[in-house]
Formats: sequence, structure tokens, C-alpha cells
Amino acid sequence: MSAHTLTTADNSQPFSLADWWSRNQRKVIPYIFLAPFLLSFAIFTVYPAGVSLFLSFQRTRGFQQPEEGGGIVLEYKGWANYERLLTKDKRFRESMINGVEFWLGTLLVQMPLALAVALALNSPNIRFRILGRLAFFAPYITSAVVVGWIFRFVYDQNFGWMNSALAQLGIEGPAWIRDANLVMPSLIILGLWTWVGFNSLFFLAGLQNVPDDLKEAARIDGATTIRVFWHITIPFLRPVFVFVVVTGGIGSFSLFSQPYLLLDFPNTGPFDSGLFPLMYLYDMGFLNIRMGYASAIGYILTVVILIITGMQLLLFRLWKV
Amino acid sequence: MFKRKRESAMGASRVSVMTMNTIVLVGVLLCAIPFVYMISASFRREGDLYKLPVTVYPREWTMHNFHTLFEKTEYVRWYGNTIFTASIRTVLGVYLAALAGAAFAKYDFRFKRFFFFLVLATLTLPFHMLLIPLFLLMRDFGWVDNYLAIIVPGMVNVFNIFLMRQYIESVPDELMDAARIDGASEIGMFHRIILPLVRPALGVVGILTFVWTWNDFLWPLVVLHDDAKYLLSNGIATMDGPYEVETGAIMAGSFLATLPIIVIFLLMQRQIIAGLTQGAIRG
Repeated sequence: MSAHTLTTADNSQPFSLADWWSRNQRKVIPYIFLAPFLLSFAIFTVYPAGVSLFLSFQRTRGFQQPEEGGGIVLEYKGWANYERLLTKDKRFRESMINGVEFWLGTLLVQMPLALAVALALNSPNIRFRILGRLAFFAPYITSAVVVGWIFRFVYDQNFGWMNSALAQLGIEGPAWIRDANLVMPSLIILGLWTWVGFNSLFFLAGLQNVPDDLKEAARIDGATTIRVFWHITIPFLRPVFVFVVVTGGIGSFSLFSQPYLLLDFPNTGPFDSGLFPLMYLYDMGFLNIRMGYASAIGYILTVVILIITGMQLLLFRLWKV
Repeated sequence: MFKRKRESAMGASRVSVMTMNTIVLVGVLLCAIPFVYMISASFRREGDLYKLPVTVYPREWTMHNFHTLFEKTEYVRWYGNTIFTASIRTVLGVYLAALAGAAFAKYDFRFKRFFFFLVLATLTLPFHMLLIPLFLLMRDFGWVDNYLAIIVPGMVNVFNIFLMRQYIESVPDELMDAARIDGASEIGMFHRIILPLVRPALGVVGILTFVWTWNDFLWPLVVLHDDAKYLLSNGIATMDGPYEVETGAIMAGSFLATLPIIVIFLLMQRQIIAGLTQGAIRG
């Protein structure tokens, strides 16, 4: 707002600033209320996104001498970073495939499990409801670093609780996070532990939103429990499905802390079986100081996430009809 | 026919109550086991952890790991650092989110829809994609190893704005109009009408912000390099490195870091769950 006009107006008519304010504050105040958000958005989102775009077309050529500032010397490389990432870089491809695997793995197992737990918690005469809520929420609010550590020990081949439990059943436990084929399942189990309970609370909230009289009416009309569930309960849960699927997709590609701790980064599991895109971005940007390359990874990742989110929302829109 | 249905429903429900209770109980147990491991390992000697057969309870309870934690690492300092930064960020974050939420909920202005679109767009964009340029920005600001880097960039959280907007919408317009007629200023109304009326929401948003800051790992890892400045998450993550601390002490550190979060949740579980799930079920 032009402070200048205000002061001149103030000079010519002594009381008009206060006057103007009391007449217009209702119009001006929302912008003042929003100013911190807009400022923060400009400085910490728009500006970095621009810098990142610029960087993604650059390559680190070397470093300045400390007396020159010790900065990074960049060189314009056009689309080279993107080209390399999309066609040649096997580690990047592996990290994206791992993201997809984790996402599908968690989703396909997690959704039915979370829904089952929610249905259980929602049924009348259920005991331990409060205990259940605490137990299902606790993994989610526990620091990912702590979770990663715990599971690293739990998966230990000789002394971990996982294999001790299997031994009770007479099964010889595998090497889990040291076996290339089992790193992903290990991570998926960790993910289920973290998110099934949390997501079930969303399903539970959704279930409590389904009107009882609607279900009752359908039952009186002779609908079976399964039909009631399929035609009334599930459609009412649609927003929850959207939420769980979309946040699950974004979360899978931004997985970082859990595999970092579980696999003891910079180790990423045998044959990069536990390498995730964000870990690769961190590795390239901060361990290899290839800021341009890392920025290109960030951009590709963002585009992929946007496309996947968009597709999911589209699918859910089709379902509504 | 009606009667028969009722009976079969009752019969089914007795079996299903059993099934449902079993599902919940098994779920609770599965959720609890890793925590049991953590707590049990905190009170063991290292040799006890690596001895077969594996036991649930320590063979001999010891406070040894906590001594290691306090004497060999900077744990106490990390704890203080985390409480300090998380508190400041929470207070500022809640206040700023409430301001923006009030603007969206209670005022009409130009570009309102566009600005709200920005909020929603940022919600779906993962903040971590901007890791590199944000780090460079922090370096230009001279904020590396400075808590401003933790507090400021994520301070205005769009999810919190979204939640606050939903809560503030329930503040009656009549109340605000009446206050206007009595000559209240808009800022005065925000502090004396809106904030007191949405106090429970402030609590929920505050706790969520606190927990997120408490648990965040990647961003502190990028901007804090001096181990005396570390937050709990960095500290615990690196404990096997320079400090050569063993499993028991790592678990003891994890246990103490998890405790306050669980206690907060126990005290406020109803409000937290309602706050989190509200957005999702409305779509």
C-alpha cells in the first residue's frame, strides 16, 4: 500500500489517516493478515523454485579458492542433467522404481488393513478403544529417526526380535536389510507399522460420518450387510480414500529418514535396493556437491508427484460419477 | 421375517464382536512390540542384547545406558536445543496460521481465491524438493548452524492455515458485526474474539507443529553442522558415529526423545485426532 499517498493525505487534512483507516481497515486487514504467508511463500517457495530451475541447467565445474568466497563455479549445460537422469542414470531409475514399489506395497496392503482396523474400532461393544487409539497413533508420532533405529535392531539377523519370533514358529529368519530382495519388504513392513494405525483413524472418522438411519433403511429394504457396506459405507469413505492414497503417494517418493537410519546411509542397501529419490537428491547435492544435478532430480520428482497426484484425483472423480 | 433378521443380526454380532476385539488387540500388540524393544533395550547391558536366546525383559536391569548418554554425548544439550526451537516455532507458527486462517475465513478481498489456491498448491508440493536452493538461501543469509534456519522457513505452514481457516469459519459473523458497531478494530477483534473462541484449535495446531518440529530430521541435517547445535533427531541419528555409543544408549536416547510426544498425545488425543481427521473426511 502506498504509504506515500497516506502521508500526503495526512498533511492536507490532519484527521484523515485515522479516518481512512477506520473506514477501510476491513478491506486492508486481510492483506495484512496474509502478509506473513505471502512473504514466506515468495521467499521460501517461489524464489527457491526459480533458483532450482536455473541450477538444474548448470553443472558444478569446480570450487573457488577460499579467499574468493569458496563458492561453487557453475557452467551452463542445457538439458544435459535431465537427459542424463532420464536416460543414463541407473541409480536414479532404481530410486524411482523403489519409490513406486514402496508406494504400491504400502497402499495395497495398508488400505485393506487400515479399513479393517477402523471397522473393528467402530463396531459397538468394542473394548480397549482408548488403548487402541493410543497404540495406533503412537507409531505415527514417533520420530522417523527413532523408528529407523528400532527396526534396524529388530531386523538383526541373529539377535533381532523379528527372527526370534520366526524361530518360535520354526522358521529360520532371513537377513532382512542385508538381503537385496528383502530390503523393500522390510521397509514396507516398517511403513505398515507406522501408517496403518494412523490411516485407520482417518477411516474411523469417515465411518462415524456414515448416517446410521441410511444403513438401517437399506437393511429394512432387505439389503445384505455386504451390500450395505459396498453401496453405502464405501462411497461415504471416498474422501478418506482420496486423502490416504494421495498423501501415501507423496510420502512414498519423499521417504528419507526411515531408510536413512535403517540402512545406515550412505549405505543404501545391497544393489541400491533401499535407495529412494530424496536420498539420491541428498547424496548428489550435499555429499557430491552436484547442486545442479540434484536440482534436476528435485524437478523431475516434483513433476512425477504432480502427475501421479493428478491421475489419482482424476480416477477418484471418475469413481464419484 | 423382520424378527428373523433381527435375531440373525444379533447372533452374527456376538461372533463379530469377538473378531473385532481380536483384530484390535492383535493390532495393539503389533504396534507395541517395537516400543517394548526400545524400552527394554534402554535398560540392558550391551552383552545382554547380544545373547541367545533373545528375551523380552532385561536379564539384569541397569541405568548404565542413561549414564553413557549424559556423559559421553551432548544429549542434554540436544534436548534443550529441541525444546527451545520447537517452542518458538510453535508459538509463531500458530499465531501466523491463525492470522491467515482468519483472513480466509472471515473477510472478502480481491485475489482471495487465488491466494487460497496458492495454499492448496503448496499443500500438495513436497517442501523437500527445494532442499538445494533453500540450503543455498540459508547460506546466503548466514543461517547455517543458526536456529533461524529451523524456525523461519517452515514457520507459515499451509496445512495449519487450512486447519485454522476451518475452525475460524465457525466463529459467528454476528459477534464480529456487533463488535464492529461497538467500535472494535479488526486487529482487536482478532485478539479478543477470534483467538479466544478457537482456543482448542490453537492447541491442536500448536501440538502438531511442535511434534513435527520435534521429529523433523532432513532439514536440521542440512542446516545444522555443529554437533553442539544439533536437535534430538540429528543427535540420535549420529550417535553411533563420533560418540561410538552402543545400541542400548541409542535406544535410551530414543526412549527419552519419544516420551514427551507420547505424553502430550495421551493428554490431548481426542482433540488431536479430531483436528487431523477433520480436513480429510470433508474432502
